[in-house]
Amino acid sequence: MSGYSELQIWLIILALGIGTFLIRFSFLGVVGNRDLPPFVLRLLRYTAVAVIPGLVAPLVAWPAATGGQADPVRISAAAVALGLGVMFRNVLLSICAGAATLIAAQLLLG
Amino acid sequence: MTAEVSRNRRKALLRGMMFSAPFLLVIVPFALLFGVVATGAGLNIAQVMGFSLAVFAGAAQFSALQLMQEQAPTLVVLATSLAVNLRMGMYSAALTPSLGALPLGTRALVAFFLVDQSYAASVVEFEKRPHLTPAERLAFFAGTVLPIAPAWYVATWVGAVVGTQIPPDYPLDFALPITFIAMIAPMLRSIPHLAAALVSVVGTLALSWMPYSTGVLVAALAAMLTGAMVELLIGKRA
Repeated sequence: MSGYSELQIWLIILALGIGTFLIRFSFLGVVGNRDLPPFVLRLLRYTAVAVIPGLVAPLVAWPAATGGQADPVRISAAAVALGLGVMFRNVLLSICAGAATLIAAQLLLG
Repeated sequence: MTAEVSRNRRKALLRGMMFSAPFLLVIVPFALLFGVVATGAGLNIAQVMGFSLAVFAGAAQFSALQLMQEQAPTLVVLATSLAVNLRMGMYSAALTPSLGALPLGTRALVAFFLVDQSYAASVVEFEKRPHLTPAERLAFFAGTVLPIAPAWYVATWVGAVVGTQIPPDYPLDFALPITFIAMIAPMLRSIPHLAAALVSVVGTLALSWMPYSTGVLVAALAAMLTGAMVELLIGKRA
């Protein structure tokens, strides 16, 4: 974390904690029993799937560890984690299989 | 309070605990991994614990960590990680009809512990047993939190302590993407979710020229709209 001062890191932690709490408290605290516009609910449903794949994509396509070169080891590990995750909907299995592929491919190809 | 009332509450609490106990299988390794990866990224143990105690949301904690490793500006770190947590606004809305009658302070406490697991268990229970009193609903919700919150904190701490003992050249850089992929993959079985994820991936890669990792935010907005529109289109045709 060389780019951040001690204070900045704590600010991020605190602001993230407060912001997350406000999101969680929003309707429970303020809205009460009023209904949300359906389109807002519909948008909220896709937030996780709209942000996380975007965070992952560059890490798979051009990992910093290989100097930004596409790397068959990492791509195959990502593919295994994705495929098993879609097939079995089991997060833990998917993580373990992805990690195992990463290590095995590293030994074979690296 | 009659014996019957307190017995019903205790039953609701136990039901909540039993419902969420299996979630430990996901929560514990996830928190361990956060502790290990965050320590590997250079956070000290107090900061790692600060994340788990104050934020208490795995995906957002990992997002913040990822962007901090990319040296993104503070505002981008916050905006992106909070966007990951926006889905909890939906949980909050969904639980309001069931728990809105509780006192404000209690609702604040519920909000603090509103995570994927406690939400999922509670909506199922409240739908199945509409006759529960607000106090029983609260007891059930508390029951779902009771196993997972302490486990989240302890496992984070263990991971952080273990993490300091892992040599820095160990290839941990890819633990994070694999975890993210494993979290998202089970959601990709509906067409709107798949469409949103595709827009997110293609959009972020195409916008990688944008400064300070802001491309991921722009792509996320487009992806959310895509998901909602595809859902509307499919729904109308059906």
